[in-house]
Amino acid sequence: MIFSVEFIYIVMGIIGLCCSLYTFADKANPRRLLSGLFYFIYSITLLLGSVIPPFYIGLMVILMVLIVGMGGLRKGKYGESSDQQRETQRKRLGSWLFLPALLIPLLTVAGAKGFEGVKIGSLFIFDPKNTTLVALGVACLIAIITAMMLTKNTPQTAIKESRRLLEAIGWAVVLPQLLATLGTIFTKAGVGTVVSDLVTQFIPENSLFMIVFVFCIGMALFTMIMGNAFAAFPVMAAGIAVPFLITKFDANPNHIAAISMFAGYCGTLMTPMAANFNIVPAALLDLKDKNHVIRVQIPTALLVLAFNIVLMYLLVKWEV
Amino acid sequence: MVLIGVALIIIGFAIRLNPLVVVTVSGLVTGLIAGLPIVDIITQFGEAFTTNRYMSILLVTLPVIGLLERSGLQNQAGHLVSKIKAATAGRIITIYLLCREVGAALGLLSIGGHPQTVRPLLAPMAEGAAKAKYGEVPEEDREEIRAHAAAADNIGLFFGEDIFVAVGAILLMKGFFDQNGIEADPISMALWGIPTAIFAFIVHSIRLYLLDKKLDRKLGSKAKKDVIR
Repeated sequence: MIFSVEFIYIVMGIIGLCCSLYTFADKANPRRLLSGLFYFIYSITLLLGSVIPPFYIGLMVILMVLIVGMGGLRKGKYGESSDQQRETQRKRLGSWLFLPALLIPLLTVAGAKGFEGVKIGSLFIFDPKNTTLVALGVACLIAIITAMMLTKNTPQTAIKESRRLLEAIGWAVVLPQLLATLGTIFTKAGVGTVVSDLVTQFIPENSLFMIVFVFCIGMALFTMIMGNAFAAFPVMAAGIAVPFLITKFDANPNHIAAISMFAGYCGTLMTPMAANFNIVPAALLDLKDKNHVIRVQIPTALLVLAFNIVLMYLLVKWEV
Repeated sequence: MVLIGVALIIIGFAIRLNPLVVVTVSGLVTGLIAGLPIVDIITQFGEAFTTNRYMSILLVTLPVIGLLERSGLQNQAGHLVSKIKAATAGRIITIYLLCREVGAALGLLSIGGHPQTVRPLLAPMAEGAAKAKYGEVPEEDREEIRAHAAAADNIGLFFGEDIFVAVGAILLMKGFFDQNGIEADPISMALWGIPTAIFAFIVHSIRLYLLDKKLDRKLGSKAKKDVIR
């Protein structure tokens, strides 16, 4: 294929690597060497992840965590533009400023739908297994070039600005990947079966409402622990939905499926384990409390969870 | 025994240790309790970290967003919104929530996202609307508005996407039922997601309406009601 997902990882790695060079050189950062090393290692894992043996990547990950644990990751100075500079540029460009930002979603959708499975000769244009991801990467590259031309800035400025944003996110940038790692270790260690055994113990077998209640709450809780509703569904469905709801109460699987997944998503909204959705955005938006997004989401999540329980109960009951 | 790892996570997050450290320690401990050799655990760390590199995709969006911010993108977003009299923080986020949810239901999952849409566009628009309405907005309220902007992206995405038939979640469930010899139909599964999707939208729009009311109560007295530059 012409644009593979590995190509996107290389672009990500190069951006990170260039950012880390500026961090190494940032005299305003009291721990510039350690901070630079953090972003440097991170970039190497992105850039060479498929070349370096996993054991060494694992060691590098642990080293990054140690740097953060010792307080070695600090912020520096970024030479931001002044309010006045921004205002002059804004007046000059007006709403053209939106163009590169809008190009990202538009080109991604167009690329993902338009080039899916399209070949030149015998080569796929986009990696057929990861079309959306590759389309997003290519869309960003086009948007980067457009943004540089529009704002008349050099690639160096683009990197400096990226570093400002990257350091604003800080350690949270690796948390999603690390949590995914924890997920695989939990699965290997059999945490899933233990949790589902525990939940199943609470089921009073003859009360339909209680079964639905335990199933939905279980989906949400399990998702909160694993950070991922996809991991929760097979375990909870095999433990509760199939033996009790479908076999015993004759529930229609089509009714149960989406509602139980939504119950899981209610859990996703309430857990720091879903870092990509909850913690990284808090860092990205400069929120002092990293759990602020979760705090905002909890009331909606609980109400929707309650609605799911009632809805599932009624659907199963009316069929009986 | 393996639940010790889960307990470590809960305690670690509760006493606000750095999440990276908490997650790593829990992973190591869980692995050791389960009897995996340390070399295997570290290899596992490396393997999973590498397979999940796609989660760092936001890196490629940073140069675009950074350059545009440097040129006043956020100011322009706020400026545009401040010209619309009816705009309030809550209403703007509600409109976004609707677009995000409908978009996701149609399979357009990549039209939103925190780095590419919320930070450069939605959050400054919502803040700009509040600023136009109330004058200076204190930092804590601006943070509340930004947190709501991020939350709307999640809620719209989550409760919209399962209505789209070809989404991962529906396919995963279909696969699960097939394996267990239970007949299930993806279209019907997706359709039964609609009531919850609508309910989530209603509940969250009401909460955004309440956010506006709260801001009105708190900042309303200072409002420069007719002065809109």
